[in-house]
Amino acid sequence: MALLQIAEPGMSTAPHQHRLAVGIDLGTTNSLVATVRNGVPVVLLDEQGRALLPSVVRYAADGKIEVGQTAQAVQARDARNTIVSVKRFMGRGLRDVAHVETMPYDFVASDGMVRLRTVQGVKSPVEISAEILKVLKSRAEASLGGEMAGVVITVPAYFDDAQRQATKDAATLAGLNVYRLLNEPTAAAIAYGLDNAAEGVYAVYDLGGGTFDFSILRLSRGVFEVLATSGDAQLGGDDFDQRVYCWMLDHARISLPSLEDSRRMLAKAREIKESLTYRDEANMLLQLTNRDRIDLMLTREELAGMTRHLVAKTMQPVKKALRDASLKREDVKGVVMVGGATRMPHVQHAVAEFFGMEPLNNLDPDKVVALGAAIQANVLAGNRKTDEDWLLLDVIPLSLGLETMGGLVERVIPRNSTIPAARAQEFTTYKDGQTAMSFHVVQGERELVSDCRSLARFELRGIPPMVAGAARIRVTFQVDADGLLAVSAREQSSGVEAKIEVKPSYGLGQDEIARMLRDGFDHASDDLQARALSEQRVEAGRLIDATEVALAADGDLLSDAERAAVDATVSRLRDLAQGADHCAIKAGVEELNRATTEFAARRMDKSVRQALAGRSVDSLKV
Amino acid sequence: MSKPRFEDFFELFGLPRAFRIDDGVLAARYRELAAQVHPDRFAHLGEADRRAAVSYASDVNEAYRTLGSTLARAQYLLHLAGQDAALESNTAMDTSFLMEQMEWREAVSEARAAQDVDELDHLRLRLHDRMDLGLDQLGDEIDDQRDYAAAADSVRRLMFLDKLGREIDAALEQLDT
Repeated sequence: MALLQIAEPGMSTAPHQHRLAVGIDLGTTNSLVATVRNGVPVVLLDEQGRALLPSVVRYAADGKIEVGQTAQAVQARDARNTIVSVKRFMGRGLRDVAHVETMPYDFVASDGMVRLRTVQGVKSPVEISAEILKVLKSRAEASLGGEMAGVVITVPAYFDDAQRQATKDAATLAGLNVYRLLNEPTAAAIAYGLDNAAEGVYAVYDLGGGTFDFSILRLSRGVFEVLATSGDAQLGGDDFDQRVYCWMLDHARISLPSLEDSRRMLAKAREIKESLTYRDEANMLLQLTNRDRIDLMLTREELAGMTRHLVAKTMQPVKKALRDASLKREDVKGVVMVGGATRMPHVQHAVAEFFGMEPLNNLDPDKVVALGAAIQANVLAGNRKTDEDWLLLDVIPLSLGLETMGGLVERVIPRNSTIPAARAQEFTTYKDGQTAMSFHVVQGERELVSDCRSLARFELRGIPPMVAGAARIRVTFQVDADGLLAVSAREQSSGVEAKIEVKPSYGLGQDEIARMLRDGFDHASDDLQARALSEQRVEAGRLIDATEVALAADGDLLSDAERAAVDATVSRLRDLAQGADHCAIKAGVEELNRATTEFAARRMDKSVRQALAGRSVDSLKV
Repeated sequence: MSKPRFEDFFELFGLPRAFRIDDGVLAARYRELAAQVHPDRFAHLGEADRRAAVSYASDVNEAYRTLGSTLARAQYLLHLAGQDAALESNTAMDTSFLMEQMEWREAVSEARAAQDVDELDHLRLRLHDRMDLGLDQLGDEIDDQRDYAAAADSVRRLMFLDKLGREIDAALEQLDT
């Protein structure tokens, strides 16, 4: 006799399906992709066996786009078209970027996000980052042998809305489904397994190639909270190389090396610095272009001595973050080391000395963020059995507000609010018969609009004419789990859902992203069709599966008529997905989403009531 | 129609509608609910589920923020009781409290001008004692006497003290750096 299978409420009745999910560390200097394979997080390698993809993109004159090592190799020859560390430009205006004048790029003057003019035309940082993501995507698909269900991409904890949105837009351009943007320090903490064992305050010390970031996290029963972040955007491992390079010039009595020699010496300096992590002394032998030879010996002590001031410099942001979080150094239970430069023993010592304990350093500091992102991606894909206590809460790093009269900021969602968060604020008209209102959304902690960051401007139209002060316009800010803001507005007394148009100050409009997507396929419109069809089919399949699982578990929440309506929509979508019309499939997906909106809310409601019912017994006894 | 169907934040957390609540139970409930509705649980599902999760999770977070802070909780209870705290417009306070306000302000600005860290610390402690007293009284007014007009008055006083406390903290931080 066949036994009936009875699923636990909330558990999938569908056969377990492993979804391919990866974590991506989209770094300033290097980028990586990782996944969880047989329960173990691993970094995925390219065909040459390399894990790190230099975050360098070159637009070549012949129309080719090179990314990574190949682009890096020709950087000196084609500096204008070879963009290094594009992350610095994400969601930033020209005036925000430090040292613009020393950069070899041809910046385009414009109001919003910076643009760079290359031999292949004007490029936005979003498009450039998308090229890096595309390479990582194909690396992952080649390695995992299938289509990616979703990705987790890491961002610095201090990234504001514009920078996060730019990152997500880059993923959209690269054809990636983003499960979540994850804060880098949180990812590092996950990689160290702090999410399931540890309680207390942890710090993440991240010394990368060109930037230093320090964050303090509080962990309590699986809840992550970023308490404070600080850093130095102009300090990193490259500065250590520079010191060794200057020392070489001094000791070899070279005053003006040629460009080529200078490049070779810098490379040698880096090599020596790295080798001194494992050895007490290193010999540097280098033949220069004029046949002169450099033959020098450097000890680990000497390296530590000549770069001591750089290490000391990292301690300023450390102290600032502790102050911001109102914590003492003794309160920190562990320090996670991230970034290749933290391999240097004297950096480790300095951190150990300051906090009075050995830092956590048994994972590769270059890979730790990607590994944590992979673990989180695996969870979000639904591949890991979720235990009840599992939860990862983030906060928004900066307050969100609206400009009011006199250039002042009305704070709507304060910084450090747990996300997702929604808050509404009511406004009224100040003139009789006023039918439109304009709003200015800003982010930051200062009182004056001019001291905060402009995020977007939008206009509300279609307010029914009334006497001044009679209209009640409710503006709702909704921040999702990625820290991204959506604004909606409606006039309360008439119920008119006024139309709003948001113009991001430092971002790309939806139409602009659509255009970039099209442009990317200009030369191969068949490709575009094929890709759109495949994407819509994947989406339809995912949605049908999810709906069926939900119906099997909670079908009783629907009346017969409601159930029949959902069933009909599902089978309609199933038929559409057999066809080749991607627009029709998309419409079918949207229809099913609409048809299940109420069902989803009821299920959510039920699960909340179940959670309460399970626990209210003990509280009633009190 | 995707709004959750609960009466108020207290019902959402399965707590009695009262000012005096068990912080430990509140925090534990929050974790359970947040884990239940967090969008991360629905990342691989359809848009309807993800939207419902974002909306529900936002409410849970807002509820926790409101109930987790004594002053926000009191204001919320007054709102539920139909008592308009009218915090900005209704500044009619009795003379004794106005005098007290002036004394506090004077003491804080003197200590700040003199860069007297010890005095500021001392004022902060005194202020916290004063607030504790006010919160005890607020509990009586809301939970026992159900005198919401008196409670609204207490809330306004406490908000003044709270603001002053933040000013002292800011002054201390400034002297610290």
